[in-house]
Amino acid sequence: MRHTISVLVENEFGVLSRVSGLFSGRGFNIESLSVAETMDPSVSRMTIVTSGNDQIIEQILKQLNKLISVIKVVDLTGVDTVDRELVLIKVNADPETKAEVLRLVDIFRAKIVDVAPRCYTIEMTGDETKIKALLQLLRPIGIREIVRTGKVAIARGM
Amino acid sequence: MTGAEIFVKSLEELGVDVVFGYPGGAVLNIYDALFQNTKVRHLLVRHEQGAVHMADGYARASGKTGVCLVTSGPGATNTVTGIATAYMDSVPLVVFTGQVPTLMIGNDAFQEADIVGITRPCTKHNYLVKEARDLARIVREAFFIASTGRPGPVLVDLPKDVLAGMAEYAFPKAVKLRGYHPNYEGHQKQVESAIRMILEKERPVAYTGGGVILSESSELLTEFAHILGLPVTTTLMGLGGFPGTDPLSLGMLGMHGTFRANMAISNSDVIVGLGARFDDRVTGKIDEFAPHAKIIHVDIDPTSIQKNVPVHIPIVGDLKDVLKKMITLVKGTKEAAKFRKKIAPWREQIESWKATHPLAYKQGKGKIKPQYVVEEVYRLTKGKAVIATEVGQNQMFAAQYYLFDKPRTFLSSGGLGTMGYGLPAAIGAQVALPDRQVIDIAGDGSIQMNIQELATAVQYRLPVKVVILNNGTLGMVRQWQELFFQGKYSQTCLPQIPDFVRLAEAYGAYGFRATKSEEVTRVLEKGFAAPGPTLIDILTDPNEMVYPMVPAGAPLTKMLLV
Repeated sequence: MRHTISVLVENEFGVLSRVSGLFSGRGFNIESLSVAETMDPSVSRMTIVTSGNDQIIEQILKQLNKLISVIKVVDLTGVDTVDRELVLIKVNADPETKAEVLRLVDIFRAKIVDVAPRCYTIEMTGDETKIKALLQLLRPIGIREIVRTGKVAIARGM
Repeated sequence: MTGAEIFVKSLEELGVDVVFGYPGGAVLNIYDALFQNTKVRHLLVRHEQGAVHMADGYARASGKTGVCLVTSGPGATNTVTGIATAYMDSVPLVVFTGQVPTLMIGNDAFQEADIVGITRPCTKHNYLVKEARDLARIVREAFFIASTGRPGPVLVDLPKDVLAGMAEYAFPKAVKLRGYHPNYEGHQKQVESAIRMILEKERPVAYTGGGVILSESSELLTEFAHILGLPVTTTLMGLGGFPGTDPLSLGMLGMHGTFRANMAISNSDVIVGLGARFDDRVTGKIDEFAPHAKIIHVDIDPTSIQKNVPVHIPIVGDLKDVLKKMITLVKGTKEAAKFRKKIAPWREQIESWKATHPLAYKQGKGKIKPQYVVEEVYRLTKGKAVIATEVGQNQMFAAQYYLFDKPRTFLSSGGLGTMGYGLPAAIGAQVALPDRQVIDIAGDGSIQMNIQELATAVQYRLPVKVVILNNGTLGMVRQWQELFFQGKYSQTCLPQIPDFVRLAEAYGAYGFRATKSEEVTRVLEKGFAAPGPTLIDILTDPNEMVYPMVPAGAPLTKMLLV
């Protein structure tokens, strides 16, 4: 099963390799990983999407906690969260497909952030299903390249 | 003060009395600061791997944190095996490595190695010090992390310009690490459930590991076992944590465990795991491990719990705390007395396993059996020596035939299985315990991996005794070839073995040899009486194998017996 794990770490050099090394060294998966500073500049947050059975996830959480540079680990799976990912999509924009691209961008409340003679670059933010849906619809038109940030998530306010 | 002076002063402040090290370009400033220092004693080794194993042996024998100091590049990479050895066996070490100046890091400078990157997976934590003003704090933190919680090695990388740079000396009073809070207190409710579960059962076994020794809980374990009449088996790392001569002792379990220990585990209905981690050499085939047993697991490291086997009652905490709580619950109670009586038939069953399948070998005239040598060492030292081992048959025979009654008397690379560990570890132990008899039980293969440290022992007049069970082969690997590869001894015969007696003499040590069984006792006596480091070369039967043996991947009950 897939899990989204939110990890607060010391904002210092080498922490990313401690975390990624833990995953690679023990054969755990990383599906996506995003890191950035939090409100406290000495702390960074990593959002890791991983998968595995219960025993593996338990090990991942415990092993993360064991790292000295890790301050807090929260498994967001099963928690009511808002999650988002940002994607940049470079898509073919020929005279006959342009209108369709623009229509999809409008429907998905995405944005066109770069225009070239034969392609558009679309920026969209959304959860996984929304991104998947847009990609699916753009695929027949011809996607040249995509760049995704990986998921970030936050628990809903109470 | 310079960084180097801050470094040495911090070691003093922490009460470090000895450092095992080897100098080099990147750490010259430290060696200069050490030159006139009288509080921190420096022992010059002959190879950096030796330094780490010495610090390791020192730590295991004394309970204190071992310290080593080496230079950058090859000095640092030579420590890796020793660090990994200590990491697997949870030994508190702090390893200081020199590093090229900060501005040169990453430029492939002379004698540069990314030792922080290299050792990340085999240290509990590691540091690169970037400024002299961080030095005292980081040194303090390194010792704190190494010696608390589940202990382990910590590496601190010291760039040359940091050591030469100036800063004010400010040794922090306390350590504040927001990401490190080992849990020492076992959960009371969980402890109560554990006791309830034990008392309900009929065939209990305490399965105890190195955690008993690390947490200084041997006496509590002995008390607890006697209150409940609990049979106790120990892992290789746990030897000495429970007296080997105690009637409740089952000896070691696992691949080369005793018949009774493996049978007891396999037939038990509750296993009380205390500071052990259900390693594959212990469990055998994991799906068939202790099929009838509920498992209680006490460990200070949460990641050890539920890693290899499903656990019914997990307790995270310091074993000392948990055992105290357990004892309080059962001491002097009627339930405990009733329980002791209830499990009497179980103990009888175990006794009968012991009677039908004891550890055994036949020593005739002539060819020397390695088991006999270990038994003689045991008899001559009255079981009171500190024994280090190498890895392989020598290690298993030592574990089986020397009965360890006290913690910190058996020093062996259990997790990593590092050949070449024994001699330097014995030297480190002798430094920690100058008045004790320290013996390395070795093989002719292993001893050659760090033989150069004999020079260290001679230089510092450390009278370690090395008993070489010399069978002219890499015995344990040969044993596997004999059993599982149709006796094709690929690369396991050592036709070119040095004359150990003359080798010892060349180093300025003593050398003795026994070639027939009748000579063993006399030669051991002579060797032990020699007034300095001694190699005792004993030519043993190359066909002797370690039994019982559970083949890798087989269940514990499928033991090959003699």
